[in-house]
Amino acid sequence: MSAHTHTAQAKEPLLRMVRRDAISSQKSWGIRAAAFLLSLVTGGIVILMLGHNPISVYVSMVKGAWGSKTVIYETVKIAIPLLITAIGISFAFKMKFWNIGGEGQILVGAVAAGAFGLFTAHIFPKLPLVLLMMLAAIVAGGLYGLLPAVCKAKWGTNETLFTLMLNYIALAFIKYLMNGPWKAPGSSYPKIAMLVPGARLTKVLGVHWGWILALILVVASYIYFNKTKQGYEIAVVGESNNTARYAGINVGKVFRRTMFISGALCGLVGMLQFAGSDYTITEGTAGGVGFTAITVAWLAKMNPYGMLVVSVFIAMLERGSNAIQTQFKIPASAADLLIGIILFFMLGCEFFISYRLIGRGKEEHHA
Amino acid sequence: MSEGAAYAVKMHHVTKTFGKVTANKDVNLELRTGEILALLGENGSGKTTLMNMLSGIYFPDHGEIYVKGEEVTIRSPKDSFALGIGMIHQHFKLVDVLTAAENIVLGLGGKVTVNRREINKKVAELAQKYGFELDPSKKVYNMSVSEKQTVEILKVLYKGADILILDEPTAVLTPQETERLFNVLRNMKKDGKSIIIITHKLNEVLAISDRVAILRKGEYIGVVNTAETNQAQLTEMMVGRPISLEIDRPQAERGEKRLQVIDLTCLNGDGVKALDNVSFEAYGGEILGIAGIAGSGQRELCETIAGLYPSIGGSVLYSGDHDGVPVQERILGLKPDEIVKKGISMAFVPEDRLGMGLVAGMNMTDNVMLRSYKANKGIFVDRKAPRELAEKLIGELEIVTPGVDTPVGRLSGGNVQKVLLGREIACQPSVLIVAYPVRGLDINSSYRIYDLLNEQKKKGVAVIFIGEDLDVLMQLSDRIMVMCGGKVSGIVDPRKVTKEDIGLMMIHAEGSQSVSEDKEVTA
Repeated sequence: MSAHTHTAQAKEPLLRMVRRDAISSQKSWGIRAAAFLLSLVTGGIVILMLGHNPISVYVSMVKGAWGSKTVIYETVKIAIPLLITAIGISFAFKMKFWNIGGEGQILVGAVAAGAFGLFTAHIFPKLPLVLLMMLAAIVAGGLYGLLPAVCKAKWGTNETLFTLMLNYIALAFIKYLMNGPWKAPGSSYPKIAMLVPGARLTKVLGVHWGWILALILVVASYIYFNKTKQGYEIAVVGESNNTARYAGINVGKVFRRTMFISGALCGLVGMLQFAGSDYTITEGTAGGVGFTAITVAWLAKMNPYGMLVVSVFIAMLERGSNAIQTQFKIPASAADLLIGIILFFMLGCEFFISYRLIGRGKEEHHA
Repeated sequence: MSEGAAYAVKMHHVTKTFGKVTANKDVNLELRTGEILALLGENGSGKTTLMNMLSGIYFPDHGEIYVKGEEVTIRSPKDSFALGIGMIHQHFKLVDVLTAAENIVLGLGGKVTVNRREINKKVAELAQKYGFELDPSKKVYNMSVSEKQTVEILKVLYKGADILILDEPTAVLTPQETERLFNVLRNMKKDGKSIIIITHKLNEVLAISDRVAILRKGEYIGVVNTAETNQAQLTEMMVGRPISLEIDRPQAERGEKRLQVIDLTCLNGDGVKALDNVSFEAYGGEILGIAGIAGSGQRELCETIAGLYPSIGGSVLYSGDHDGVPVQERILGLKPDEIVKKGISMAFVPEDRLGMGLVAGMNMTDNVMLRSYKANKGIFVDRKAPRELAEKLIGELEIVTPGVDTPVGRLSGGNVQKVLLGREIACQPSVLIVAYPVRGLDINSSYRIYDLLNEQKKKGVAVIFIGEDLDVLMQLSDRIMVMCGGKVSGIVDPRKVTKEDIGLMMIHAEGSQSVSEDKEVTA
């Protein structure tokens, strides 16, 4: 048959995309590994152009993240908010509710925790104070997440724009607090006072106990998604609102409940950052975590265990990029570029896991 | 292009695969100039895929295509048009707010200004030439399905196509409209056009075509002259073995009144009445067929009863029993879960199987528990019982699947429907509403579905069957309610009326009142 098909094939399109039906996990991990290696090679070229040895730069990146106790603590401290925010966001994403308002929810959580931490530390002993801060952050973040869900359920508003705009509102509110009512007494430039040392989160094995909470949340959210009725409802709503209605699920209620949880987890991150890491609130309290967490959640395909791995990986890249900035005097922008290259390859390779490209004149092979 | 080529289209050894699925395997097809060729095959046999390679939507993996004697490469619909090939798809692609004539000239280039009068005149002439009835200045949103189809056909004729491909054109038409379409096709043939008509309805194949090409599971089976064949031979070629096309209508005693719908009225998104004072009764032990052109209110009717669509008037009364205790309820306005809570066992197989009845991305266990996951206490779902039920359904209904853990979206249409219907029957309903249950299914699966519905009828269930194929409706139903524009045109006994009677009722709601009255069943 091949003899007389030449004429047609000569005029075939150069490349065609074909969807794969199934791929073995071995093969998909092979593709990911190849993508990672390619990203290192591409990044290596950039490093070479900057006049450094790629291998020693990469080694210093790894050492910068895992080389000593101090840097390990720092890496874990970056991973904690990423992981919890990613879990929070995945609640919404699982029902195809595009909550990109993690930043704002973190900020309002921090502010709510700050309201107690900064102004009632002299009234309450540490334990009730910390619990109060947690509760306040959860409620504030939850309500901030609930708002777009209520509007979507009632009027069909677009949650992407809605949550995005709420980020800016939260940020502006913090600026207002810094310049006005919460401005630290005696400070010449706008900033919020520091949390008194007695109210700061206790360290366990060198890092505040947020990491234990994060690990508990990984397991708890996995169980919630896969074993509970509410998790099942999220999955049904995410696949099709019509099917959910048909099944007798109150779609609006699931939106509201799930977005409250989603926002509450992000709010909790705000409290952990405030009371466990920064000890104050600034415009940088969320620091892009709400957006990076989206990458974490997608790379992990909404699987909480996957998010644990990915968030630690990204924390490592961030720490590593700090290290190479100081050690090799590589500019911050170039270090960010390296991270960008690695993430680009890791996200991009998912395409090759779902699709195959067939070149001109190539036959399709079947397993 | 040689004008006098004997074959308008030749496809040689054409193969097309999608992943592991081979949609067309080494298919040969020849369309003679000036003939009507019927392309016959079951759903999923690769008819549409084959034609999409002619219309430039897909590109073949292997094989050559000759048009009017010359080998060609069709890479896009534009290439296809340039060769004079026009395809009329099942789903119309028209701009609602434009008129017929505007839609027809859309995308044709030409001058900056549009001379509407001239275009209208040209379109009217073209329509008249082939015997279409169409007002060129009518807006598409005011058109019936058959008028929209006319616009689609005129669109390709206007562009100068002389090879026409029609994908299941009669699926949306009444018997009268079908006959009219066939007359037009015969006129086009006289004019020298070459036509391929895709269908799986045998009587239509015999009525319209010169030759019949048959596909089965993506493979080319052969071609026969229509004059020398019959339904039995065609079926055998299509299915691969002889098969009886009779649909059973078992006698069952008509039971109690299960559902009474009184003056049900509801609005569609535009505020127009989608249901207008609909009243009927459904009894246990019978199949009530509902006929009508697509979009006559069938979807709104079943979704309103199932608690998924808002109504503005009327009532729906349910009577049945729940564990031996008689239940009588007004169910209109209740949500699906509220209906279940009242102890009402009503099952509903919606038209949109994967978009409403099932969750495509979930496995069979999770789909089977969709309507019952709340039954157990506590916050956790119990997957044990649904899993057992899923395994039982696989065995009983011969569902072809790698296992209960495969997402149902990966199954074939027939198996998807078996999962859905199986789940609904498993809840032992006393009312079973099924909307277009055999749409897209192959013959074997369709007959299995008819059997399942008959079994339910014999058990005393009130079955409401919304169908599109009048032949099937007339063979299967005990009574048929005909709908037109959201109104009930009448309820008839299919043993006492003809297909043409029902066809008339499908297009005239008021005018047919006399027809329906004297033929209404009095039981």
